[in-house]
Amino acid sequence: MSVTKKAVEKKATRAAFGDEIVRLGESNKDIYVVDIDIGKSCKTDKFIEKFPMQHINVGIAEQNGAGIAAGLATTGKIPFISTYAVFGSLRMAEQIRQEVCYPNLNVKIACSHGGLTPGNDGGSHQAIEDMGVMRSFPNMTVIMGADYHSTRKLIAEAAEMYGPVYLRFTRDAVPMIYDENETFEIGKAKQLRDGEDVAIIANGDTVRLAIEAAEQLEQNGVSVKLLDMHTIKPLDVDAVKDCLDIGRIITVEDHNILNGLGSAVAEVIAEAGKGQLARIGVQDRFGESAPYEKLLEINGITVENIIAKANKLLTN
Amino acid sequence: MQQTSVEQLKQHAIELRKTAVTMVYEAQSGHPGGSLSAADVISALYFREMNVDPANPKWEDRDRFVLSKGHVAPIQYAALALRGFVSNESVYTLRQYGSPFQGHPDMKKCPGIDISTGSLGQGLSCAVGMAIAGQRDEKDYRVFAMVGDGECQEGQIWEAIQAAVKYKLDNLIVFVDNNRLQIDGFCEDVMPLLDLEKKFDAFGFDTTRIDGHSMEQIVETLDTFAKQKNGKPKCIVCDTVKGKGVSYMEDQAAWHGTAPNKEEFELAIKELEGGLPV
Repeated sequence: MSVTKKAVEKKATRAAFGDEIVRLGESNKDIYVVDIDIGKSCKTDKFIEKFPMQHINVGIAEQNGAGIAAGLATTGKIPFISTYAVFGSLRMAEQIRQEVCYPNLNVKIACSHGGLTPGNDGGSHQAIEDMGVMRSFPNMTVIMGADYHSTRKLIAEAAEMYGPVYLRFTRDAVPMIYDENETFEIGKAKQLRDGEDVAIIANGDTVRLAIEAAEQLEQNGVSVKLLDMHTIKPLDVDAVKDCLDIGRIITVEDHNILNGLGSAVAEVIAEAGKGQLARIGVQDRFGESAPYEKLLEINGITVENIIAKANKLLTN
Repeated sequence: MQQTSVEQLKQHAIELRKTAVTMVYEAQSGHPGGSLSAADVISALYFREMNVDPANPKWEDRDRFVLSKGHVAPIQYAALALRGFVSNESVYTLRQYGSPFQGHPDMKKCPGIDISTGSLGQGLSCAVGMAIAGQRDEKDYRVFAMVGDGECQEGQIWEAIQAAVKYKLDNLIVFVDNNRLQIDGFCEDVMPLLDLEKKFDAFGFDTTRIDGHSMEQIVETLDTFAKQKNGKPKCIVCDTVKGKGVSYMEDQAAWHGTAPNKEEFELAIKELEGGLPV
């Protein structure tokens, strides 16, 4: 793969949704967007303008939005429910379980404001448990792209595949990592770097931190294997197993360390009975109003902490 | 569409009741009370009103039926059997391992089920989604939904109602099986629903109220009221009796989800064969 040199350019991955859903709606009249009032914030405004007949706004009524999407899906539509991750994963959790996952309907849940990215909104709006909740539902696929281009590709893949998919985006701008021609496959980790001393598995907005940490480690003579695990379910188990010979594995995620990427990787490592794991993520605590970067720092989701964890594993 | 007579529909309702009670008896598990209160509307829908094809249950132009109060699945299964979607004998595998006739309707397992339900308050939203799709695709199909009165305690029902009105879904017909009882007793005591007819009306539905056990009234309402293409969704509040047709089950919350024993079962079948009192 080729990491783009324009690493300074930043874009929120919710913008990727706003752009990609227009492209999808153009080529497929069965693509619907179910908005839950916050269309402007979730970037569906261009879609609404171009395809009003493929758009529904249910108002501030998440549960109904999920049910309507399920009903649409029974007729062959491919609805994308668009809301914030806190509401998309929790306020409509049982509706997604009962009316989307249980009947295995072709509904996509596209959520902005993932993780700590809505920093100043405070703990009420920071989705730290959403991917874990969604990972627990049979039939559900759970994805968070690392940047704008990968998110667009993964949204397109999600529209292409049959079945429920939970897609999580950032509110805030994150650096562009991938070239727009890079391809992505749901359930298949993207290897950003090969190495022998430490394996770092990251996803979403933390991939940029992992890239930086890996570069610094390499400069200090530590050889790093780096995976972008954009899909946490189905997890690319083979890719994790390929890290077992290295034996020193670090997961990084903008999510509670419980039930997310770190837990998914831990399950593979524990069952293999081989390897050491350090999990970096939200420390099972609610957030608060603060700049996004500050919240990451409080939780140790930093380049420095990734390096520290790597060094610790190397000295064990 | 065949015009089954009111008398035939009444006969079918008797058969549906007997089948549903037998299913619950055989399974020694299930919900007879609400199955019996819903039976007459179900009979009218499946044997007169709905444009469905048992040989092609997923026919895309079919009318849809959403049993939002999914626990009364036995009465719908009985209708699917009598209408020929599934074999008459197969429904007695209700609630058994491997059966298409799950405790609550499962669209993946049972032909003729348009959406899986079972968690109260959710089915109506799905019906709204189906109706929006029909409207946008300029299809003629209609979506019939049945909710329980107790189920209307769920907030999501009112979210769905708002959306149905906003999107002018005159292809959506909602029946409220107003049997006044829920698991813990009378709705009036558990959580009063006030006047559901007025509430649906205030939310913008075209609403009417009928005796949900009068086949004449059900048919008349379906033939006229429910067919108006006036940009408004329809609500038919059906005053019913939980356990209708089996004397000892009538108006008894205890028969919400209890299976009869052998003696009770035989009495139930005997009473049902006599038909509903005029």
